[in-house]
Amino acid sequence: MIVNQDRLTDNNKKSMSSYLAPSVRDIQPSGIRKFFDLVSGNKDIITLGVGEPDFVTPWHVREACVYSLERGFTGYTSNAGMPELREEISRYLSSSFQVSYDPKDEILVTVGGSEAIDLALRALIQPGDEILVPEPCYISYSPITSITGGVPVGIETTAEHHFKLTAEALEAKITPKSKILILCYPSNPTGATMTYEDWLPIAEVVERHDLIVISDEIYAELTYDGKHVSFPYMPGMKDRTILVSGFSKAFAMTGWRMGYACAHPDLISAMLKIHQYTVMCAPAMGQVAALEALKNGLGEKDRMVDSYNQRRRLIVQGLCDIGLECHEPQGAFYAFPSIKSTGLTSDEFAQRLLTEAKVAAVPGSAFGQGGEGFIRCSYATSIAQLDEALDRMGKFVEKLTS
Amino acid sequence: MEELSEFKLKVLDLLKEDARRTPALLSTLLGVGEEDVKEAITQLEKDHVIVKYATVVNWGKVEEEKVYAQIEVQITPERGRGFEGIAERIYLFPQVKSVYLMSGAYDLLVEVEGRSLREVANFVSEKLSPIESVLSTKTNFILKKYKQDGIIFEERQEDNRLLISP
Repeated sequence: MIVNQDRLTDNNKKSMSSYLAPSVRDIQPSGIRKFFDLVSGNKDIITLGVGEPDFVTPWHVREACVYSLERGFTGYTSNAGMPELREEISRYLSSSFQVSYDPKDEILVTVGGSEAIDLALRALIQPGDEILVPEPCYISYSPITSITGGVPVGIETTAEHHFKLTAEALEAKITPKSKILILCYPSNPTGATMTYEDWLPIAEVVERHDLIVISDEIYAELTYDGKHVSFPYMPGMKDRTILVSGFSKAFAMTGWRMGYACAHPDLISAMLKIHQYTVMCAPAMGQVAALEALKNGLGEKDRMVDSYNQRRRLIVQGLCDIGLECHEPQGAFYAFPSIKSTGLTSDEFAQRLLTEAKVAAVPGSAFGQGGEGFIRCSYATSIAQLDEALDRMGKFVEKLTS
Repeated sequence: MEELSEFKLKVLDLLKEDARRTPALLSTLLGVGEEDVKEAITQLEKDHVIVKYATVVNWGKVEEEKVYAQIEVQITPERGRGFEGIAERIYLFPQVKSVYLMSGAYDLLVEVEGRSLREVANFVSEKLSPIESVLSTKTNFILKKYKQDGIIFEERQEDNRLLISP
């Protein structure tokens, strides 16, 4: 485990913060960041706080990258990404999720899904636009929205509805300024997924209010019971959706920073303008690795998904045995149990769990509205570690409630 | 040979990773009843699909001196029995750890364990070579084991992820 050391320690420097753009200065550091600092000093902890696979990138992918380096494949690629990679992404999306995108002008290879989200928001937002975000959700949508002058509007989802977005909840937050809906299913942190039937009424509202959708489907492959339904697959939704995905989660490639966006050519060409002036192109080595992952890595991916599924059953069962109510997450690799029965806030619970039981989990409050009262437990860790973590949590909860 | 069900294959995969996993744990991991798991394991044991629950030991970590050799053996097959009889005569020696019938330049690959080079050499010259149908042997001593049965022996830093990430 690495301890992050990138914080400034020199207190003698004069403050420069008055020079900062208020839009950036006023952004609150994420709750995850705060918790990270707490965890870093602790020893012998088991962490359920990690938002990435516990697998190392499969060897054939790493080897393909090493080989390309040996051959000297170290230059820029075309701005949108290597044509072979875009073609392979197109084939993959079509065969796996039945959505078709033209590799020529509808696919853009980015530095992780994160860049794709940034590009999409920057390409679309005018100051004052309202951006609808179902919460609890991944932590970056709101801050990036704010930086670009948009106004994030949270839509609370609840355990009662398995943290699914409902048309009523969406409709209730729509105003004349509403422009974009950001979707992230399967969901980080709740593990919620949306079926075709779940999507239908959402698509209807999107159509009626003429919204643009950014659908972050980075966890698409990690869908356990049933099949992932890509939002652009819904009738009438493809043109108004920017599909964002990447290689991090399904192919265990977080550090490579390889993602992509797919959308209507008008939207992709706008995003490409920003992309070419800011990063030129995604890293060439990463693109070679991503290409290898798609060409020869689907079997390995299936094995990893199978393994997450086994551990998902283990943690859900374990949490319920402990007495922490937990809806069954259908996707991603997070369980999101309620800790309300303990009477603690999620911040207090997570802090005490860390210091008293040596288990790290992320307080749900870090993920926005509706997250309070829950903690996020990543099960992307070994079965032995999960067993031990559940054991420690059990004793901790027993002590709290006795 | 019967084709195993996907369920039994998964049970085997999980037990191959760690033979000490209990039926209760396997039942949770696979989302099936504990009785079904027990029944499957019993059946697999009965059918000799699961042969034994062994421990993989990295003998390189302990003082005890052990020497391993792979011996390439060329033999004349016996009329009517092919390689079976001679393979059996070889694998019944306790110092023989595994025997494979090979395609290619030789017939049997015999893995032998001994306490010293001399002991292995004696085994080859006194037990293996004199067997009538053995035409030739070529002994290769193993210097170091890096990986065995899918398990890497070298200890590595297993998890270098950030403790908390979004």
